[in-house]
Formats: sequence, structure tokens, C-alpha cells
Amino acid sequence: MTDPMSEGSSRVNQQARVPQRSGGTPLELADDALIAAQRLSEWVARAPTLEEDVALTNIALDQLGVARLLLQSLGDEDELAYRRGDAEFRNCLLVELPFGRARGDLDFGWTVVWLLFLAAAQKLRYEAWDNEVAAKAVKESAYHLDHATQWVIRLGDGTSLSRERVQAAVEELWPYTHELTEGIRDDWLSIVEPVLKEATLVKPSHDTWRPSGGRSGRHTEHLSYVLAEMQALHRAHPGVQW
Amino acid sequence: MNEPLWEVFVRPRRGLSHTHVGSLHAPDARMALRHARDLYTRRQEGVSIWVVPASEITASSPDEKDSFFDPAGDKIYRHPTFYELPEGVEHL
Repeated sequence: MTDPMSEGSSRVNQQARVPQRSGGTPLELADDALIAAQRLSEWVARAPTLEEDVALTNIALDQLGVARLLLQSLGDEDELAYRRGDAEFRNCLLVELPFGRARGDLDFGWTVVWLLFLAAAQKLRYEAWDNEVAAKAVKESAYHLDHATQWVIRLGDGTSLSRERVQAAVEELWPYTHELTEGIRDDWLSIVEPVLKEATLVKPSHDTWRPSGGRSGRHTEHLSYVLAEMQALHRAHPGVQW
Repeated sequence: MNEPLWEVFVRPRRGLSHTHVGSLHAPDARMALRHARDLYTRRQEGVSIWVVPASEITASSPDEKDSFFDPAGDKIYRHPTFYELPEGVEHL
């Protein structure tokens, strides 16, 4: 199988695949943020409280804002967001997973664990990246990380039901954090482990299954559903504006 | 969800006082502060936020309105109406 993003693809400019000091490329960071934004938007008007609804929506908008700035620096943002197929996306697998074990799940405890893992990694990658977009993104990631931290601690060290749910999320999502944190694993662990400890949560004892492939365009089936929803309008009405 | 009510006060910029802007529900003070940031300062409305448990506020009663406030009405000598404000003085 040929890689649609390999040499000859004119969709992204040269910078897209230049690795940064943190090990990630601008396209990987952009796709992580874009797919995370689309996933988080599932919570709009469905969060447990009105206050949390606004908080999660703000975070989704932050992610979308960074994704747009990065994509604009790499080429035509609409072309890149709406016209690429799943094999052309470079996001890690974690961001495309549903908020629960199955497609269509929307588990709040699961979501805050997902956000904790993601925001800690994004903050480290943006910090290692010295430009204007990164400077804005670092502050936003710090807030996302804080928001997720507050909830993981409250739910982990909360009721037996809330603890059960976030513990399940930690176990199910942990394998995917290896791809997420490639090159920054130790720094990431130094952020995440103290939070899990304070939340009385435990890491999975088996840590040998480490799914990956997102960075080279081999995704789970979940990404296709995310893209179908995100791209349907643009594909039906190319260039549509409102 | 049965979360307590918090009153939110925002200081628009340095030199001005915190002003009541609204209320919200949150499980505890730290979450209340974070929610207040998201709900009331997302358009750069402030540089500082206070959150106060609504249950801790003691309010005057509408029944006491007459005895509380009316007696001040006819004591015009308490009002600074006999001074001329220098130019440039605001918020007095």
C-alpha cells in the first residue's frame, strides 16, 4: 500500500513533516488538535451541567483554533481538514477513540481521563516548539490539563461508581498513550502519575500492548466515522460558507 | 446534579472593584473558580475573579426596605451636592 502523504503529495508544504525538537511534526500536532476538537464537540449540549458544557466547548474551540493556525501554515486549511481521507491523517490513535468502550459512548469520566492524557502531551510538545502558535497553545493546554486534573482527582477519589469508571478509562486508554507520548514519555509520566496517585487510581499492571500506526496513517475504524461527520457537508457542497 | 450555588465577582481591570456578574453551580470552590473563568471571562471581561458560596451571603430583606433605606432620603446634607467636581475625576 502506498502512503498517500508520501513524496509527490502537493496538499501539504515542506514544513509539514519536519520533526520538531519534541519529536512531533506540525501536521501531527494539527491533526491531533483537529480530531480532538471534533471529538469534544460531541459534548455540546450534553455535558452533566451547564457549566461543564461551556468548559468542554471552550476546550474544543481552543483545539480547533490551534488546528486551524497549524493547518493554515501547512497549506489550504479547508483542503487539509475536509478533503483528506483517513489514511492521510497523522493524528495519534488516542484522539480518534470514542469516549467509552464502544462507538457512540459518551462517558464523562472517560472523557476527563482522555483529556488529562492528551493535554499533558500537547503541553509538552507545544512547550518544546518555539513560535507564536505554540506560545498561545501552551497557555491553553495548561488550562485543559488543569481542568482534566481537577475532574480526574474528584472522580477518582469520589464515589465507588465514579472511581470505577475513571479507573476503567485509565486501563483502556493507557496502551494508546505510548504512541501519544513518543519521545516525551518520561516528562509526560512526571505530569500524569502524580495526578493518578492523588486520584487513588492505578496504572494497568500489563503494559506490553502498545497500539500505534496513526502517525503513518494506519488508523482505527473510529477515525472514519469522525471524518464522515466532519467532512460530509464540505464534500456535498465544496467551498460552502455561512 | 445537586451542586451548591456560587456568586461570582469579577474585577474588570486594575483599579476597579470586583463587581457581581452572576452565579453558577459547582461542587467546590476550586471548580467554581474554573467555571467562573469559562462562563464570565471568556471575552476578556476581567483580570481577577472571586467566588463566594451563595449560602454564606446575608442579604437585607425586602420587608426591611423602608426602615433600612428611606431615612437617608431626606438628609440632603449627607449628599456631596455642594461641591464642584474637579475635571477628570471619575468613579466618585
